[in-house]
Amino acid sequence: MAESAPLICRDIHKTFDQLEVLKGISLETQKGDVVSLIGSSGSGKSTFLRCINMLETPTSGDIIVHGDPIRFTKNRKGERIPADNKQVELIRAKLSMVFQSFNLWSHMTVLENIVEAPIHVLKVPKKEAIERAESYLNKVGIYERKDYYPAQMSGGQQQRAAIARALAMEPEVMLFDEPTSALDPELVGEVLRVMQNLAEEGRTMIVVTHEMAFARDVSSQVLFLHQGVIEEQGTPDKVFNNPDSERMKQFLAPKF
Amino acid sequence: MLDLKGYGPALLDGAVVTVQLAFLSLTMALILGLIGASAKLSNSRIAVGIATTYTTLIRGVPDLVMMLLFYYGGQVMVNNISDMIWEAYEIDFFFQFDPFISGVITIGLIFGAYMTETFRGAFLAVESGQIEAARAYGFTRWHTFRRIMFPQMLRHALPGIGNNWQVLLKTTALVSIIGLTDMVRVAEEAAKAERMPFHFFIPVAFVYLTLTAGSELFIRWLDKRANVGVVHGS
Repeated sequence: MAESAPLICRDIHKTFDQLEVLKGISLETQKGDVVSLIGSSGSGKSTFLRCINMLETPTSGDIIVHGDPIRFTKNRKGERIPADNKQVELIRAKLSMVFQSFNLWSHMTVLENIVEAPIHVLKVPKKEAIERAESYLNKVGIYERKDYYPAQMSGGQQQRAAIARALAMEPEVMLFDEPTSALDPELVGEVLRVMQNLAEEGRTMIVVTHEMAFARDVSSQVLFLHQGVIEEQGTPDKVFNNPDSERMKQFLAPKF
Repeated sequence: MLDLKGYGPALLDGAVVTVQLAFLSLTMALILGLIGASAKLSNSRIAVGIATTYTTLIRGVPDLVMMLLFYYGGQVMVNNISDMIWEAYEIDFFFQFDPFISGVITIGLIFGAYMTETFRGAFLAVESGQIEAARAYGFTRWHTFRRIMFPQMLRHALPGIGNNWQVLLKTTALVSIIGLTDMVRVAEEAAKAERMPFHFFIPVAFVYLTLTAGSELFIRWLDKRANVGVVHGS
């Protein structure tokens, strides 16, 4: 068997109460792909990202991580739930997530944040986990802040620490949920540069973003979501310079 | 020099009873509080119902009434159950409701209700993003609770726990009413016999004051540890 795709999503639907937020989204990634999800607020791009690692359970559709499809069942109310929590935990460990508001654990130092999941979830020996964490802290350029608590650092540093935490899982796919949206404009650059380096290293990444320059210059595939469907999809060149959809043209049009 | 007219050793024994009673009740209250808060925050409507009934009932009835109810009512209940079991199965089952046990159970139950509310608020105060990050990294539910939820909740719960503990410590004085020879009971008997209320009650007051002041220092220390990583505005 050829090396299976790190992540395949097939026909993902998500309904909250009566509201259908995702109306059938499919995505297939190859190793080293950088997929940018763009679109206006409420288009469903963050919800889709959260469905991938099961922070939201898709109402229907399949998620296949490295050839392993997530199994579902129904609860007593007839809602779809994961059949095997153990499997979901294993899959989440392969898809590490970077959040908009960083979500570093506030009672732990940066180093403790980074080694927590490798030690307790992946069962990496402590010494090795610390070495690994230190090398990733070097990579994102905040090694000297390793004993700081999150609240003692700037947003940009916190987000870089969060990226180091994600890297320390040595994941199949990294999920970024608007990683620069909560940052001061001056701090956006330092985080985007780290992400660009990761992309150049050949890491598989799915990035929900409002940074059009990042989507255009760094990604290999761009998905434009609108009202829960993929409105436009393709290479950055195609999506940005030659879009088919009217909505995409509007989205790109200069605002003032 | 303070002359306790030979009541010194008895008073000291009473003080030990008070401290034992307080710590055992606190343990019970903390456990009940964690269970109650988990029940109130759970998705199960039955668990929420039971926990709500518990806190409403307990917090609405005076401590003294509860204590009398448990001590006297508890014995009657044990007697009835014992009779029933004897009639049905001819098994001889009986135990005497001891004032110490009733004291621990009553105070534990009362403060369990207050702790439930303290813990509930503290759990709700933990940012959802912190829990979400734990889930997203493949933590089990127990690991999330132990490593993320509990330490972060504690920071919000400690001031409330400290408050409850001080009130609990003072509530133990009520057990002298149901015949437990705690410090207050000994002092009361001594004061009556010697006709010297100040002489005996003022030392007792000082013992309580020492205990509460000491625990305040201890809680402040705990609070400092629980608040690690929190930046306070100057």
